[in-house]
Amino acid sequence: MPTKIEKDALTGKLTTGHEWDGIKELNTPLPKWWLYILYATIIWAAVWALLFPSFPGLSGHFGGVLGWTKREDIAREVAAVADARAPMFERIRATDLEEIRRDPTLLRFATAGARQAFADNCAPCHGSGAEGRPGGFPALIDDDWIWGGTLEDIVTTIRHGIRNTVDDDARQSQMPAYGQLLTRREIEDVTEYVLSFSGRATDAEAAKRGETIYAENCVACHGEQGEGMRAVGGPRLNDAIWLYGGSRDQIIAQITNPRMGVMPPWQGRLDEAIIRMLAVYVHTLGGGE
Amino acid sequence: MLRHETIEKNVILLAVLTLITVSIGGLVQIVPLFTIETTIERVEGVRPYSPLELAGRNIYIREGCYVCHSQMVRPFRDELERYGHYSLAAESMYDRPFQWGSKRTGPDLARVGGKYSNEWHYQHLIDPRSVVPESIMPPYGFLVRPLKFDDIEKHMRALQRLGVPYTDEMIANARADLVAQANPDADTAGLLARYPKAVVGDFDRNMRVVTEMDALIAYLQMLGTLVNFAEVTPQQLRQ
Repeated sequence: MPTKIEKDALTGKLTTGHEWDGIKELNTPLPKWWLYILYATIIWAAVWALLFPSFPGLSGHFGGVLGWTKREDIAREVAAVADARAPMFERIRATDLEEIRRDPTLLRFATAGARQAFADNCAPCHGSGAEGRPGGFPALIDDDWIWGGTLEDIVTTIRHGIRNTVDDDARQSQMPAYGQLLTRREIEDVTEYVLSFSGRATDAEAAKRGETIYAENCVACHGEQGEGMRAVGGPRLNDAIWLYGGSRDQIIAQITNPRMGVMPPWQGRLDEAIIRMLAVYVHTLGGGE
Repeated sequence: MLRHETIEKNVILLAVLTLITVSIGGLVQIVPLFTIETTIERVEGVRPYSPLELAGRNIYIREGCYVCHSQMVRPFRDELERYGHYSLAAESMYDRPFQWGSKRTGPDLARVGGKYSNEWHYQHLIDPRSVVPESIMPPYGFLVRPLKFDDIEKHMRALQRLGVPYTDEMIANARADLVAQANPDADTAGLLARYPKAVVGDFDRNMRVVTEMDALIAYLQMLGTLVNFAEVTPQQLRQ
């Protein structure tokens, strides 16, 4: 029950006039600046709700006086960037890959753009410096190419990928599981022969036996001296670079039950110009042919 | 003027006014849901998850992947450059619950399907740093254990009751479809007719048994692949 508003002797403030069992309440109103900001935000919210999409209705929603939508906004923004890029992208699309490599302006544009695209899309498998990762993800900075290292080869690989089930033009090849075709002994022999390509064979007799097995089974894809065959993606066996490891045990494991890399196709996911830029970029990393 | 005191001293009046206030709050939250259909874009291709994908999705939720990975490409240009087309409401209309997430410690996964090979996912889940040295993701090697899927029909039946258009035929074939999707040599005509674009394969170098790894990778490999954005028109995107 309000009694009477009085001045509190201790604080010098007025009371609210309420009194409960002798307890009185000091009147400490909200600071004016705080209160006015609160009112301003309420007005702001009302104006905002009028201008922009806000209230749901029974069939759709109130779109706002300005008619603004995020989706049209982003479409405009994307179109503006596409327009800005268009002149260079057109040139990249229309220019022969070899010429992009020779033209300093195009090469600079291509490598700068492709570095970003590489980090987003290629680095998870091939490493941020294209150094490759263990477990079948090849390095792109050396001159050991499984499917070819010319600009055209690289652009085809990026476009269609390798052994994926999505792209009909993906590079295809399959190594049979020799664990079901050869005996353990034969696999050991042929491993010894494969090791002899890099001068690591320790058992000349086994290597000799392995030579026949190699000629019957392996030569079609890996070449007579283990030089590899790019048309079918048969990796080289006579160097120190191994996709799945080059120790005796690792080679035996690979022959017995081969693992084969799969690369997704990037056509469709990436713009054709970016694919071409990536091909040029990868080509410049060190091993381009 | 209605004074505080009047309301405070009349319990019936207080109850009535409280009820009115709470009702307004409730209606503001509930009524818009009656028209939720109007926010779903009319794009083609979105289908319910195949049984193996559904099992993978359950593992995704169980392991709390959503704590670090979002599944929502927001309509900002930098996101579009990195991940592809922004996410549509239609793409998660059969998600119960949706996996949009609210924090990105790892990258967004809304369009990760088809971006990496199955082998990459396998290695990455076993030991993330073997392929991405700077990754801080924990290893999930234990997922190579066999998948428990004797209750997959019940999952589908529950989702059917919530409005996901699983047909009785889909539920009847659930176990066969689940096993077929993890076997590249299986007859998958029925599976692909029921679940177009389902990714079939041996996802984890283990043909003998369907593992949790198979299910999770099958789920990851379909994320964001159902809508063909080359064919989507601006009209279809209007909400």
